[in-house]
Amino acid sequence: MRPAAGPAHHDGEQSLIDDTGIVVAFYILAATTVVCALMVAFVRELIQAVLFLALTFVGVAGIYIVLSADFVAVVQVLIYAGAVAVLMTFAVMLTPAADRRNSETPFWGPALILSGLVLAVIVFVAYDTTWHLDKGRGAFPATAASLGEAFLKPYVVPFEVASVLLMTAMIGAIVLTKEDEGDADA
Amino acid sequence: MMLSLLTIITGYWFDIRDLSNLSRKIEELIGDAGGPDWLIFVVSGLLGAIGIISFIGGVAVINIWVERRVVGRMQSRLGPNRLGPFGLLQPVADAIKLMQKEVLQPATASGLIFTLAPIMFTVPGIWLTAVLPWGRNMTLASLDSGVLFLLAASSLGALAVFMAGYSSNNKYALFGSMRVIAMLVSYEIPIVMALLGVVLFTGTMDLGGIVLFQEKYRVFMVMLQPLPFFIYFISVSAELNRTPADIAEAESEIVGGYHTEYSGMKFGLFYAAELINAVVVSAIISTLFLGGWWMYKLDELVPGWMIYIGKIYGVYFLFVWTRGTLPRFRIDQLLAFAWKWMTPMAILNLVLVAAEVLIWEESGWSAGLLLPAYIVINNALAVVTIYGFMTLLAPKFQRFPARLRFYPTIDVPSLPAVAAVDAAGGGPRAS
Repeated sequence: MRPAAGPAHHDGEQSLIDDTGIVVAFYILAATTVVCALMVAFVRELIQAVLFLALTFVGVAGIYIVLSADFVAVVQVLIYAGAVAVLMTFAVMLTPAADRRNSETPFWGPALILSGLVLAVIVFVAYDTTWHLDKGRGAFPATAASLGEAFLKPYVVPFEVASVLLMTAMIGAIVLTKEDEGDADA
Repeated sequence: MMLSLLTIITGYWFDIRDLSNLSRKIEELIGDAGGPDWLIFVVSGLLGAIGIISFIGGVAVINIWVERRVVGRMQSRLGPNRLGPFGLLQPVADAIKLMQKEVLQPATASGLIFTLAPIMFTVPGIWLTAVLPWGRNMTLASLDSGVLFLLAASSLGALAVFMAGYSSNNKYALFGSMRVIAMLVSYEIPIVMALLGVVLFTGTMDLGGIVLFQEKYRVFMVMLQPLPFFIYFISVSAELNRTPADIAEAESEIVGGYHTEYSGMKFGLFYAAELINAVVVSAIISTLFLGGWWMYKLDELVPGWMIYIGKIYGVYFLFVWTRGTLPRFRIDQLLAFAWKWMTPMAILNLVLVAAEVLIWEESGWSAGLLLPAYIVINNALAVVTIYGFMTLLAPKFQRFPARLRFYPTIDVPSLPAVAAVDAAGGGPRAS
């Protein structure tokens, strides 16, 4: 990592985002992320695909660090690389060995169209949004506290709705997988 | 030696109690010589990294001896005592042996993942040492979200274990790694919630900040929050794969778990990583709960990092103690323990801590009045909670699980001799 966490030797006028190190780091991380994301689709074995996906998550976390959003970066590693990837590997391991390969499927055409549409929407939104570029930000301002304030003050309703949604999903998963007590004893 | 060298070069006297001025002087030296900013960062970063990594490497070697001697003592054995004084050279001999050994790889293993797994298992443990506060102003990377970084880095170990187990193409390795993942997913929750209690109370996620909080109010967090300490200690010893919970590599059940197929230095890395992780976790406990480098008046006399290392080894001794005395859990017991005991206790504690923080902030009472009250209340509640959970939730003794989970019916054919006994009117074993 670029030693941006040290004492700030920049005098504020020069924006950190135009720094050579930051630009180089951004392109390396972006290339890693994109290549790994492509490998997720191209690799034959599902386990390798999951591992590449974990690498993609780590690359995205690196981009967050470049944008000096350290809290989001750490959460990205914790949730996606640490938890989601592990759960996916667990799911893959519970499937029979024969299904662990990306075999030929007749759905590749519709899937391609769908993912193309998703990509088009994301690109459109990215171009349509007027990005608020805060050039005056220092190396690592405290992002965790302001995120907490935002979640629990202005955005408390969406935050709670999201947690209720997750709760519903969890209860649903338990209901779906719970075996009948009577069957097991018989 | 390095200090005296620097003294000669710079003309400054370096106090061993505060190694942080060393990096400051180097920065000034480079700055005076007209060196660029990035060189200062690189040099001070490298110095800190080399210092920490050599400490961790040394610890990994010495702790093999510590662990075997202490456990041996507890189990009325001698432990390694032949090579060198008190057997101190035994780990060196072990390391040389491991390096000389041929690294075997199963023909059916998936090569790259098999090789990457031990590396990926070791690296996060070394990352963790970067954010530890070794003394006042002696943190290599003072991260604003340090506690979260600890959790994130340690959660990567699960993936490495899985890679090892899967790529070995061995059923015991796969069993081992599946057990690890089930265990890690379960114990992540109480760990996060226990640490959340500390973070909520101190109001910072920076590890140095947590130490400063304890210094400011002159109290160890373990007095204020005994329940999270208890939960974190137990849960983390499960995450470390140490003996009360070493079902991942239970030698008597599944040969060696996820590293069954590993040999030579690849196995050595797994072995070293477990020792490193144990030390790092001891360091985390001594930072969060035992005041880190601060110790009442003692840190004015003794260098902070010496106190810190002393505390680390104190906690490490507790880990070795549990390893030496407790028998192994069964997998279903271990998972039930996480979900039915640790998690509810952690949630209870979180509610309690949140209420206490709210009272502290809203009432305007002084810390000198509130903190002693909190210490009394929290300790009493911790005893009540632990005792209550032990008595009320204690399961009835079961020799075997009440119902088999995955294979409801397995027809086990009778052995010929048993069948003959059964046919002849039934022996003591009727079914």
